[in-house]
This record gives sequence, structure tokens and C-alpha cells, in this order.
Amino acid sequence: MAEIVLDKVTKRYPDGALAASEVDIDIADGEFIILVGPSGCGKSTTLNMIAGLEDISSGELRIGGARMNEKAPKDRDIAMVFQSYALYPHMSVRENMAFPLRLAKVDDREVREKVDEAATILDLTNHLDRKPSNLSGGQRQRVAMGRAIVRSPKAFLMDEPLSNLDAKLRVQMRTSVSKLQKQLGTTTVYVTHDQTEAMTLGDRVVVLRGGYVQQVGSPQFLYEQPANLFVAGFIGSPSMNFFPASLADNRLNTPLGEVELTDRVRRLLEGKDAPREVIAGVRPEHFEDAGLLDEPTRSGGATFRAKVDVLESMGSDKYAYFTVEGEQAVSSELEELAADAGATEVPETGSQVVTRLSAASTATEGGTTELWFDRDKVELFDPSSGVNLTYSG
Amino acid sequence: MTAEVGTTAPAAGTEQPPGKRALSEGKRAERKLAFWLCAPAAIVMLAVTAWPIIYSIWLSLQRYDLRFPAETEFVGLENYITVLSSPYWWTSFGVTVFLTAISVAIEFVLGFALALIMHRTIVARGLIRTVALIPYGIVTVVAAFSWRYAFTPDTGYLAQLIAPDSALLTERLPAFSIIIVAEVWKTTPFMALLLMAGLALVPDDLLKAASVDGAGPWKRFIKVIVPVMKPAILVAVLFRMLDAFRIFDNIFVLTQGAQQTGSVSVSTYNNLIKGLNLGIGSTMSVLIFITVAIIAFIFVKGFGTAAPGSDDGGKR
Ligand SMILES: Nc1ncnc2c1ncn2[C@@H]1O[C@H](COP(=O)(O)OP(=O)(O)OP(=O)(O)O)[C@@H](O)[C@H]1O
Ligand SMILES: [Mg+2]
Repeated sequence: MAEIVLDKVTKRYPDGALAASEVDIDIADGEFIILVGPSGCGKSTTLNMIAGLEDISSGELRIGGARMNEKAPKDRDIAMVFQSYALYPHMSVRENMAFPLRLAKVDDREVREKVDEAATILDLTNHLDRKPSNLSGGQRQRVAMGRAIVRSPKAFLMDEPLSNLDAKLRVQMRTSVSKLQKQLGTTTVYVTHDQTEAMTLGDRVVVLRGGYVQQVGSPQFLYEQPANLFVAGFIGSPSMNFFPASLADNRLNTPLGEVELTDRVRRLLEGKDAPREVIAGVRPEHFEDAGLLDEPTRSGGATFRAKVDVLESMGSDKYAYFTVEGEQAVSSELEELAADAGATEVPETGSQVVTRLSAASTATEGGTTELWFDRDKVELFDPSSGVNLTYSG
Repeated sequence: MTAEVGTTAPAAGTEQPPGKRALSEGKRAERKLAFWLCAPAAIVMLAVTAWPIIYSIWLSLQRYDLRFPAETEFVGLENYITVLSSPYWWTSFGVTVFLTAISVAIEFVLGFALALIMHRTIVARGLIRTVALIPYGIVTVVAAFSWRYAFTPDTGYLAQLIAPDSALLTERLPAFSIIIVAEVWKTTPFMALLLMAGLALVPDDLLKAASVDGAGPWKRFIKVIVPVMKPAILVAVLFRMLDAFRIFDNIFVLTQGAQQTGSVSVSTYNNLIKGLNLGIGSTMSVLIFITVAIIAFIFVKGFGTAAPGSDDGGKR
């Protein structure tokens, strides 16, 4: 067990591609840290640099205080789980799990004990003599985990270990991974592009974009205090709604109506040199059916009428989708997020808004409903730099 | 029964009981169609391969010497007894086994090294692969002649370089070495090419996993690369062994089989074409055929050699 420090670690591939740029992360001993970001943002590259599978172009990597840049992977005492599981096809499950121990010249009795122990933890005892090709996806995944844990390494590195599993199994395995990590207390770096995994698994989350660290923090903190548009749009599902808005005399003019800024927001904006034109962001759960609110709450926000395009009832709450006429908020970050989400539909006029309403809402599909949003929860972003103007962290 | 089996949908990969199931109606029809589609090719193959084989066997059972056509008669296995009790046959058989073993072993090592180099290189990949393949593209007889000239006393550059005062091709062991060098030079690229195809079957992630698990380059090679590409290795070695066992051109050009350097193919040629003894010559061809078949049988049954990709244990 050990802490891992990335000190201005940069990776430039021989073809010139900059995959990681001055990445600074301090990972504490026993911490579970998640690297998240859209495809191609450098997650795997960063992980491979920690593992020693890719050379570090500049900067320093320290594991347990010792410089690792020049060490071969086998001398770093770390274990890795791959998306493809990378099980040795010619070895049985037992041999697969024993492989790292055999290479470390552990004696036979101890190998047997450790493999049996790991197999018990992972519920693989009945499959020890089978070949990986005869196992189901979930079982293969567990063998890959088993191969990582038998050695009690300093750290686990996992590169999208669950993304080849079907949705149900993924949820199940997510819980097991989390439990296992708590039980073993081993420092873990986990790469994913899955929202839910990022939010539920880690102690802290690192959001990457194009090789640059955007923000590091606990899942809750990233959710509540995104440092910029990218993090705001990336974290949260369904994601935050963005509108073009303008600021004037402590009032915010949005396509949903004009609202007065709350004291909290006003204080945050002070000294930030906010431009006149901004992008306003509101999370789906900060909307509500205006008819359900009492007067004091209602006056803490703004109301507007909207025609609900689609209404999804989830039982516990309802998701109402509607379209706001007018221009869409534009920024390079939002475009990148849309591209990553696969939203390549032709730009429609107006922007789609997702709201989460109480189950008691009387909104109907196709009907017009009076909706409300909390003006204290509005976040404002600088459209050119993407910086969160209401960030207080 | 058929109706029942027909309705069991092919369960997608999970918990399938091992072993073969009864074929469904549709599968059987498909088999039939496949059989008919292959039939023309199979018939042509039989006509051009099976007929000569059968005819050789027939000839090998007769006393049939073109110099004495009047004495032709059916003698059963007498020719086999003659050949198998002849020291000449066993000498050439020993020579062939020796040449096969040594040259295939050297080719395997060199070919593997070459394959690894070709697999790893990033710069000028195409150029390197093309250059490496040149020897294989040259007609064996032409290459053999150039080796012969190179080792001709007085005029050959290699002869002058290595042993200016002796005729290497007329001494038994040096002649063997030259034959082996010529064989290895010529066919290593073929071996390398087959092994390179096998290397491509080893997933990158597997090697990364092995590095992280604590394996250095050598352990990765021995414990991961070689076992994973075992099918490709066996196919490559089998092909080369079958080929090497029939060695003819190099020996024919370099030594004509003098100083007991003749292989079984050279002996066959001497009896069949030079000696015009069709009976004995055919007997030798049949014996070569049987030996080659035994080698193939050992590889397929004993080591489980299969066409790369046709085994489903392994990958995926
Ligand atoms: N061997 C390589 N040579 C050159 N560029 C590379 C190489 N490997 C990756 N890259 C580039 O580096 C960037 C980061 O790649 P990386 O594999 O780390 O992305 P990722 O975040 O893991 O993405 P994904 O979620 O799709 O796995 C990409 O732009 C990619 O094109
Ligand atoms: Mg990746």
C-alpha cells in the first residue's frame, strides 16, 4: 500500500499527440480515485504511465515516495485489470491467478493458499480448473480481479474493468469492486467513462479533458461546485441544462424569464469580472411544478409556462422535457460534450430542457404547465473561458 | 426429435453443454449444400493427386525397368524388401533426417527472431518485410547455382574467403554445411512470415498484463507469446518439415548427391530418371510419401496442430 503522486506528468506520443499535459494528482494511501472523461481524453494513457506501460515524457511519478519514472512495470508492484480482462488463454483460472505469484517465486504452498483465498472472496472456487474461454463475462472479470488481488500489490489500476459487462451485471460488480477495495484498503486508480461508476465508486474523481485535468474532488463536490462548463455538463445524469443569458443590474435575463440574483450568487460574482453575456446552468432537479409549491418557496425562484414535449414517469419522480425557443448556449466545451454524448442530430432551433418534477406533478404530455426553478441554484459560466463564475471552492 | 432440437435457440455463448448436439433440419440442409458446392473442387483434386499416388503404388508393386521391359511382372512387396534392406536407402534416409532436423531447427530460431523484428519495427515496416522476403522469392535452383559458384574453388568468392586451398563441396561435412546454409537462407523468410502471422494473434493487452504481473521480456516470450501462438508455430514447423524432407534442388545442384550427401529424393531421382527403374523408383516415392504422412499425422494427432484460428479454445 502506498500513496501515488503524479507531479506535472506529461505524455507526448512519438507522433506528436499530446495525451496528458502536466497532470498533477496526489493520491492518498488507500484512496479510491476515479479518472473520468470523454473518449480520447488521456485516461488510459495516464493509467499506463502509472503502470509503466508508457514512458513519461516529462514530470515525475512517485509511488510510496520513490521515483518510478525509470522503473519497469514488474518493479513497481502494482496490479492492473484491463477492459479486455487480458486473461492468459492457455492457462486455467487457477494458473491465471497464480501467475504473478509464480513470477515472484512464491513457494507452492503459499501460492495455493493465496489463490484459494482469492477464489473464495470472488466466488470462483468451482471454476478454478476451467479455461478462461469457457467462462462467462462476469466470471472472466472476476478472474481478472483475482489475478490482481492475490499479490497484495501497492496499488490497483483498473481500465474500464466493467464496460464489457451487461448493464445488470455491471451494477452488481460495481458494488463488489467497491466492497473489495474497502475490505483490502488498497490504493486504487480506476478509469471509466461511466457517470454512475464515477459518482458512486470513488473517494475522489478526476475529470480529464484533452489531456488536461479539469477538476479534482469528491463526487458530491464536483456535482455541486463544478469548476467549469465542461465539468458541469459532464457530471450529472441527466446533465445540467444550459441557456444563453445576460447579466444587468443584478438581474439575470434568461430565455425562461428574468430573475433577480440572490445575495449568495451576487457575492460570488463580485470581483470575478463577469461578462455581460453568460451561460446559465440549471440542474434538472432544481426545477419544480410551480403548482406544488407554497408561496415562500415560489418567491425564491422564477416561474414560467412551458409546453411539455415528453413526460417520463419514473414512479418516484417525473421527468418533463420541453424546448426553449431562441438561441442555444454556445461554447467549445458544450460542443465537445454533445459530441461525446453522441448527440449529432441537426441543430434544432431552441434548446431541449430536462426537468425533474415531483411525482405529484399534474403536468401532462403535450399540455402546458407552469414550472419553477430555484434562482439560488443557478450557476453562471463565462462563455469564452468556460469558467464557473459562481464557483466558491 | 428433430422438431424439439430445432426449437432450441442457439443460446448466446453462455452455459452451453460441451460436446456435439444433434444437427437441426436447417443445419443439415446447409451441410448438404456445402458438400455439393465443394464437390467439383474435390473431384479435380482427387483426379490430379489421388490418381498419381495410386499409379505409383501400382508401379511399386511391379518389377518394371525400362531397360528390360520384357521382364516386367507383378512382384508384390519385393521392391519394398529390396529398398528397405539396402544400405544406400538408409544412408540417404539418415542424410535427409539429419538435414531436415538441423535446417528446420536453425530456420525456426532465425525465423522467430526475424518475425519478432518485423513485428516490432515501426519505421520502414513495408521495406523491411519486402527485403526479408527476397530470398524466398528467388527460384531455388538459381539460388543453388549461385551458392555453387560462390563455393567453386579458385573462382568463388566464398571459397576464397573461407578455405582457399580446398574444395569444400567435395568434402562430406562442409558440403552438408553449405547445403544447410543454402536451405536456411532460402526458407527462413517463409518461416518468419508464418510466425509473424502468429505473433499478430497475441493481443497487446496480454503482454501488458504480463509485464504488470511481473514478467520481464524473456518470461513474456516463454510464458505468454509462445504458448498463445503455439498453433501458428506448429503449422510453420510442420510445413517446413514436410518441405525439408523432400529436399532435392539444393543437393542436386551443389553436390549431385556425391560423398553420400544425397537425400531420399535424390536417390529416387537416380533410380527413376537416371536408372529408368520405375519399380524401385516408385517404391522410394511411396516410402517418402508414407514418411511425410507419418510426420503430418504426428503433428496433427500428437500436438493438435490445426489451421490457425480454427481452434476455439484459446482466443476470445
Ligand atoms: N500509441 C499512441 N500513439 C499516438 N497517439 C496515441 C497513442 N495512444 C493514444 N494516443 C492518443 O492519445 C490520446 C489519449 O488516448 P487514451 O487512450 O489515453 O484515451 P482514453 O481517455 O483512454 O479514451 P477511451 O475512453 O476511448 O479509452 C488520444 O487522442 C489518442 O489518439
Ligand atoms: Mg482508454
